[in-house]
Amino acid sequence: MVKEGYLYSEDHEWVRVEEGKAYIGITDYAQNELGDIVFVELPELEATVSAGDQVGVLESVKAVADVFCPVSGTVVEVNQGLEDEPELLNSEPFEQHIFVVELDGELPALMDAAAYEAFLAE
Amino acid sequence: MYVDLKRTPLYERHVALGGRMVDFGGWELPVQYTGILKEHEKVRTQCGLFDVSHMGEITVQGPGADAFVQHLVTNDVSAIHPGQTLYSPMCYPDGGTVDDLIIYQMAPNDYLLVVNAANTDKDFAWMCEQAGTDVKLENRSADYGQIAIQGPMAQQILQQVCDVNLETIPFFAFQSGGQVAGCKAIVSRTGYTGEDGFEVYVSAEQTGLVWDALLHAGGDAICPVGLGARDTLRFEAKLPLYGQELSADITPLEAALGFFVKLNKEDFIGAQALRAQKAQGLSRKLVEIEMIDRGMPRAHLPIRAAGQEIGHTTSAGVAPTLKKTLALGLVDAAYIQPGTEVEIMVRGKGLKARVVKGGFYKKQTKSK
Repeated sequence: MVKEGYLYSEDHEWVRVEEGKAYIGITDYAQNELGDIVFVELPELEATVSAGDQVGVLESVKAVADVFCPVSGTVVEVNQGLEDEPELLNSEPFEQHIFVVELDGELPALMDAAAYEAFLAE
Repeated sequence: MYVDLKRTPLYERHVALGGRMVDFGGWELPVQYTGILKEHEKVRTQCGLFDVSHMGEITVQGPGADAFVQHLVTNDVSAIHPGQTLYSPMCYPDGGTVDDLIIYQMAPNDYLLVVNAANTDKDFAWMCEQAGTDVKLENRSADYGQIAIQGPMAQQILQQVCDVNLETIPFFAFQSGGQVAGCKAIVSRTGYTGEDGFEVYVSAEQTGLVWDALLHAGGDAICPVGLGARDTLRFEAKLPLYGQELSADITPLEAALGFFVKLNKEDFIGAQALRAQKAQGLSRKLVEIEMIDRGMPRAHLPIRAAGQEIGHTTSAGVAPTLKKTLALGLVDAAYIQPGTEVEIMVRGKGLKARVVKGGFYKKQTKSK
């Protein structure tokens, strides 16, 4: 499932921009590929990040995946609730951001919903 | 390189049921259908159905079979009678483990040995090397399908399609004369989940029929279970997995399976080495470990204490029913006392953990 109104990275993160801040989570495709997520290592608060940086880790019962930051800026919020309920990333991936980055410039090139859907179909 | 994966008789059914197929030691099998945690919980609370047709079946027959099997394995085969099964490690002369297996005594001098899928060829070759002219060994793996039905409702569901009174089969016993869904079957009260349940052996051709009948009989109380939950279930119940808790480099004594090593029976392969190891005292042993820090340990990670490496994890991860993160670790004997603090190295970072005892799932199997 791909949702309108979000931007997408090739690493299967979604980005939703509100007032200069990028909310970042993982896509439904990503959570489905990983399976039951049982542990989230959140990005460091106030860290300066560049697009493409590895900033966190998701562990499912059987697999581990890095979380990459699709934008550049400063981490201004992390979704602490995921530490106790990592399974929310499986049940409502588009409602649960993992972290928020205050952008320090233009957004890098990301896919819109149609482009991401085509990317998944490749 | 393209490797041709082997398929069980149930392959098409797994695909149709939405199974996510993976390469498991050369076999194309489902790692999950709806999700590992859901399937895990279903087995703990109701019932799960497993395709374990990839397991190896080797028959041992002939006038020398009793003595041969007794010599081959570490447990005491003379303690069982026809209709009973026995779990046992099988060792090399140096005490390292060839495999662990379930021994079915069909009749005096007539056995069915059930071995780990990935070890079948190795085990069969090893057994043939050890056998004299008075035993006949046959690798019958391709002829058998095997289905495990596990969970508190397993008996009730299986009974609907089985003509043997399951009440008459105690834990680790079996019946070979009955039928399941009209198909000739061996039914044993055994399993690899820590729950009550059965394993059903049928001909490869009839495996699909039996699978369908059990799924139908169970209705909403049963679901197919993939390899992912098979592993979390066995891990949570602290059941050993060959290649992790046991290997050619790990003796059953080190793996804390001394109960299944009868050092006082007549000579068997590995007896000398294992007796010597026992006499000298173990230099390392398998322990239970519970995480203190947050984080996710995995198998085959270094364990450290007092600034040095003291061993490695053999299995680790979530124990879903216990809602804990646990590990099994093979560590230096100086660190096996419950309460000992250790560190598990996860991605280069030491996560604090503690050696415990009795921290795993209490098996619900019927020991009557």
